[in-house]
Amino acid sequence: MNYTAEINVMPLKELLDPQGKAVVSGLKNLGINEAKDVRIGKHITIQIEAENEEQAKTKVDTACKKLLSNPVMEYYEFTMHS
Amino acid sequence: MKFGVVIFPGSNCDRDVIHVLENVLQQEVKILWHKDKSLDAFDTNDCILLPGGFSYGDYLRSGAIARFSPIMESVISFANSGGYVWGICNGFQILCEAGLLPGVLMRNTNRNFVCKNLFIKPEHNDTAITANLDVNRAYKIPIAHAEGNFYADEKTMKRIEENGQILFRYCDENGNVNDAANPNGSLLNIAGITNETKNVFGMMPHPERCTEDALGNTDGIELFRSLIAYAAKMEVDVMDDLLR
Repeated sequence: MNYTAEINVMPLKELLDPQGKAVVSGLKNLGINEAKDVRIGKHITIQIEAENEEQAKTKVDTACKKLLSNPVMEYYEFTMHS
Repeated sequence: MKFGVVIFPGSNCDRDVIHVLENVLQQEVKILWHKDKSLDAFDTNDCILLPGGFSYGDYLRSGAIARFSPIMESVISFANSGGYVWGICNGFQILCEAGLLPGVLMRNTNRNFVCKNLFIKPEHNDTAITANLDVNRAYKIPIAHAEGNFYADEKTMKRIEENGQILFRYCDENGNVNDAANPNGSLLNIAGITNETKNVFGMMPHPERCTEDALGNTDGIELFRSLIAYAAKMEVDVMDDLLR
């Protein structure tokens, strides 16, 4: 079976996100003063072959843990569909 | 002692490091490609150096993909067997990603790529690369990075401090460690750290860029000299033990 994982990797909530901070000032220049906090992360999709959804999830979870995110500064979440 | 310099796709300080070791310090250097697997030619009194650059284009996170290069498995076992491993700039980022050093290098808080000379102060003389340095002196060494903001959680920071794992801290030219001298937002002004067993070193500043009079600054050579002298002394000590 072919599955698609939709993964979000985000900076940990307690950490400063300099990119997000820069975007907040950009939004102000655009006239959107109401934007208070912007956090920027990554959206990653993976097409993966697996026998079933559970196996696909296990593989994607390993990918997230070992390569796609660094737990010291980021967290991840993903959804899976076929 | 001899040195192995690992070249990853995107490394760009490898030549500088090789030049310093071979031509300025007359050391034996073996050039290693990231696809090499064996470090059998090295023993624990040698040093594997991971140079600066933008390995794999800094894609995903600095150092994240290089960490899975074929040679890294050997570098990890070499470090675990007690060999010296030294990462400079991107090399430091790779060592953190590989788990050989604690913490992580995040985006600079000021959002700038900072490329300039600044000052760092050795924290103590307890490691090979700081053994012969003056802890009361501010060494002028350049930095060039956008991701040098050292961070670790509270528990890890406590361990780093208690174990004496801080190697260098950013300071002003008089050696004062303060916020104004911190170029990237690093916790405790950390510019370099070591592992618990003090044989793995990571630092953001580039000592290889200030080793000759022609470059207008020679402060960086002291770190290389310290390591070489320390390793030579260890070799003599081991021989003495064997002869006893």
